[in-house]
Amino acid sequence: MQVTMTVNGETVTREIEGRMLLVHFLRDELGLTGTHWGCDTSNCGTCVTWLDGEPVKSCTVLAAMAGGREVRTVEGLEQDGVLDPVQEGFMRCHGLQCGFCTPGMLMTARALLDRDDDPDEDTIREAISGQICRCTGYTTIVRSVQWAAKAQRDAASADAEPVGSES
Amino acid sequence: MTATDRPPVPEDLEHVDNDQHPVGHGRMLRKEDPRFIRGMGHYVDDIQLPGMLHLAILRSPVAHARIVSVDTTAAQAHPKVKAVITGADLAEKGLAWMPTLSNDVQAVLATDKVRFQGQEVAFVVAEDRYAARDALELIDVDYDILPPVVDVRRALAPDAPVIRDDLEGKADNHCFDWETGDRAATDAVFEKADVVVTEDIVYPRVHPAPMETCGCVADYERVSGKLTLWTTSQAPHAHRTVYALVSGLPEHKIRVISPDIGGGFGNKVPIYPGYVCAIVASLVIGKPVKWMEDRTENLVSTGFARDYVMRGEIAATRDGKILAVRTHVLADHGAFNGTAAPIKYPAGFFGVFTGSYDLEAAYCSMTAVYTNKAPGGVAYACSFRITEAVYLIERLVDCLAYDLQVDPVDLRRRNLIRPEQFPYTTRTGWVYDSGEYERALDLALDLAGYDDLRREQEEKRARGELMGIGVAFFTEAVGAGPRKDMDILGLGMNDGSELRIHPTGKAVLRVSCMSQGQGHETTFAQIVAEELGIPPADIEVVNGDTDQTPFGLGTYGSRSTPVSGAAAALVSRKVRDKAQIIASGMLEVSVADLEWTKGAFAVKGDPTRSVTIQDIAMRAHGAGDLPDGLEGALEAQICYNPSNLTYPFGAYVCVVDVDPGTAEVKVRRFVAVDDCGTRINPMIIEGQVHGGLADGVGMALMEMISFDEDGNCIAGSLMDYLIPTALEVPHWETGHTVTPSPHHPIGAKGIGESATVGSPPAVVNAVVDALKPFGIRHADMPLTPSRVWDAMQGRPTPPI
Ligand code: FES
Ligand code: FES
Repeated sequence: MQVTMTVNGETVTREIEGRMLLVHFLRDELGLTGTHWGCDTSNCGTCVTWLDGEPVKSCTVLAAMAGGREVRTVEGLEQDGVLDPVQEGFMRCHGLQCGFCTPGMLMTARALLDRDDDPDEDTIREAISGQICRCTGYTTIVRSVQWAAKAQRDAASADAEPVGSES
Repeated sequence: MTATDRPPVPEDLEHVDNDQHPVGHGRMLRKEDPRFIRGMGHYVDDIQLPGMLHLAILRSPVAHARIVSVDTTAAQAHPKVKAVITGADLAEKGLAWMPTLSNDVQAVLATDKVRFQGQEVAFVVAEDRYAARDALELIDVDYDILPPVVDVRRALAPDAPVIRDDLEGKADNHCFDWETGDRAATDAVFEKADVVVTEDIVYPRVHPAPMETCGCVADYERVSGKLTLWTTSQAPHAHRTVYALVSGLPEHKIRVISPDIGGGFGNKVPIYPGYVCAIVASLVIGKPVKWMEDRTENLVSTGFARDYVMRGEIAATRDGKILAVRTHVLADHGAFNGTAAPIKYPAGFFGVFTGSYDLEAAYCSMTAVYTNKAPGGVAYACSFRITEAVYLIERLVDCLAYDLQVDPVDLRRRNLIRPEQFPYTTRTGWVYDSGEYERALDLALDLAGYDDLRREQEEKRARGELMGIGVAFFTEAVGAGPRKDMDILGLGMNDGSELRIHPTGKAVLRVSCMSQGQGHETTFAQIVAEELGIPPADIEVVNGDTDQTPFGLGTYGSRSTPVSGAAAALVSRKVRDKAQIIASGMLEVSVADLEWTKGAFAVKGDPTRSVTIQDIAMRAHGAGDLPDGLEGALEAQICYNPSNLTYPFGAYVCVVDVDPGTAEVKVRRFVAVDDCGTRINPMIIEGQVHGGLADGVGMALMEMISFDEDGNCIAGSLMDYLIPTALEVPHWETGHTVTPSPHHPIGAKGIGESATVGSPPAVVNAVVDALKPFGIRHADMPLTPSRVWDAMQGRPTPPI
């Protein structure tokens, strides 16, 4: 069957088997290997992407179900060469080690900060509780998200302030 | 407890600003992260080669059965299938069996019998991964079911079915016996002791379950005769040699590349049948072949960890001087002995079971057996079985404290090896290099607020609340190892390192260890930076490719910093020695008249006359004569043979609350004080500790690979094998002391597995402490609500 969807702002069309999972579509058909695969039972969350703005486990979505919809992956976080604050935060606060869970964690973190610009620790832990990181023990992930939240708030308040005389 | 009402705890972790990154040791952001946060890491399953085929493995659905027939006709007929290979096909080529890392053999594909559920029976190679799976369904295997050996305690029963009838003359399931220490001396001490405490302690089977499963891409190029294998290997050089021995291809025609690895924890040390199958497939078909296992395959067939059933005994005086420890261990090695440990150490480094205490005598005897379960044993950040050893002694000490009715901290303090006793030779012959144990213990108690916690506990107990405080002290033995004692399949456990300084003073360091997330590209650059004064940003670290790195045994058992890290420091010093001779020519003084300050040689007494390492590098490659007898270029190579292991240690405090109504355990706080000697990158060190602590909570409270009576693995998915999420672990509190290793060139000791070793006993000690009102002295892991509930009802039972 043919499927057409928008991935990171680009329209893609492919001929696929109806049973193909979105995670395999992204990785094998589009070469977007930032989205990972780590389990057979929707438990690990290494595959998290966005579908129409909501984080989903792309191993649990058929590519066909994403037809006509918008998918965003880790490759779509950096905009015009500028890192998303969550990407920056994970780097600065050592929120990753092997990096395998990281893309999924980043996508969830981005979605969280879009609806809550100052989440407390419990909220962050709850948000990532469908995902497993075997390396970090999570404290630094929590910290990374908090760093990003603050960076984002600081940038927003800087934008709101009147422009200085700097030329 | 929420983030806001947590008591303020001084923390190690602080943010790092890379604009001020150190030229050498210190907090520095990781060089590998820019690719990972962009989704540009490069893992095995990311590899796509033109014409690449996909391999899937048919596995045994039963634990023990004779194979009557395998019919592949329908699978062969599948339009997308390129090959279907059975054990019989491999046997024709002499490839049905392969050596394990413990000098046993393991079936690549079963020929005669299947010996555990999940064992490899046949494989399919097809055009895509879905078709390969489809074709597995078309293979028809007729099994003649045999009774399985599941209960390790029944493995040596006279009527137990013999699992390894492939071994000539094998009439039972005995794998090996092993002992250490002085039996007679230990018995004598036990005889005269005031107090003897005996406890049966089980360390259940667990699994490292890295987020990336195991897999590979094999690409055999017919014309050049060269095989390239991209693989999830923590030890690419060791793997290459084994492949050479198995396949008959010469080593220089095999290139093993470990790209980015999504976590290893020892799961990626052994050679699995899947790798060999992919190699065979590529050799036969002449196309690149990818094999990636799924999660169930990972959990049921690849290297498990632990599975020790231990009877521990501890002898002491009435006033709490520990005199001796004695133990007998029944070790479940599964169907094949695939333990990845130095060959002369069949029980790994379990011999350090005397822990951190000064004893008069110790003795251990062990019986290892075969069962109808997956092979493995040494994995999951265990430092070659030190997890089991430390768990045993730290539980026994708490049991002793329980019987003597003394505080477990006081009991430990009384018996810790004192600083002036180092180097300390234990009763089982290990030479602990350095330690200041009480200092670490004091810091941990201080950070935790131990006395306040005990007061709080007393108040809560009066109200019927169940709060527990667990303390554990551990000593590790890492950095295998001295080649006179330690080898794997005859390969000495040494590591090579090559350092090349380019004309402009930039550098490339090639090492034989292999990162699986530990951040070697950063840490190793910092080691060279510290020695040569070249900024870490100017140093590229190459690892994981046998064609590009010197021979060495890889990364496991916390050996990277102790062995490869030492190699990196020493190769830098070798370069510096040559640089000094070149500098003497440039400054026209004798070598002895030069002084090194990080990054430059200056004339003693005249610091204005100096040359930087970059100046020297240019001169080494440039025009003009060099001092007599010196060749051009600025590079060096070494192979490091450690003179001893290094012995990191730490003191951990865990606080738990047990719900009296549901028996659910909540880890409220965890304080970890680690001493890994010289600290190269404290940020990375803390990260390693955090990860190990989460593993420890997992093992203590929820993780177990269990089996039903038919030998079915009932933990074959992440729904059944529970791994902590962010909700089950607390905010980690860390601290450190620094006691350098006297024999390591920079005094570093290794940290990767300390927390996995130290945290399970801390958690279990805390839970048992919480259950003290129920008169409980011991309960076995995993302390799930149902097991804790049983214990509260007076029914503590072993998990296996
Ligand atoms: S791959 Fe594990 S949840 Fe999607
Ligand atoms: S960084 Fe390795 S799994 Fe999270």
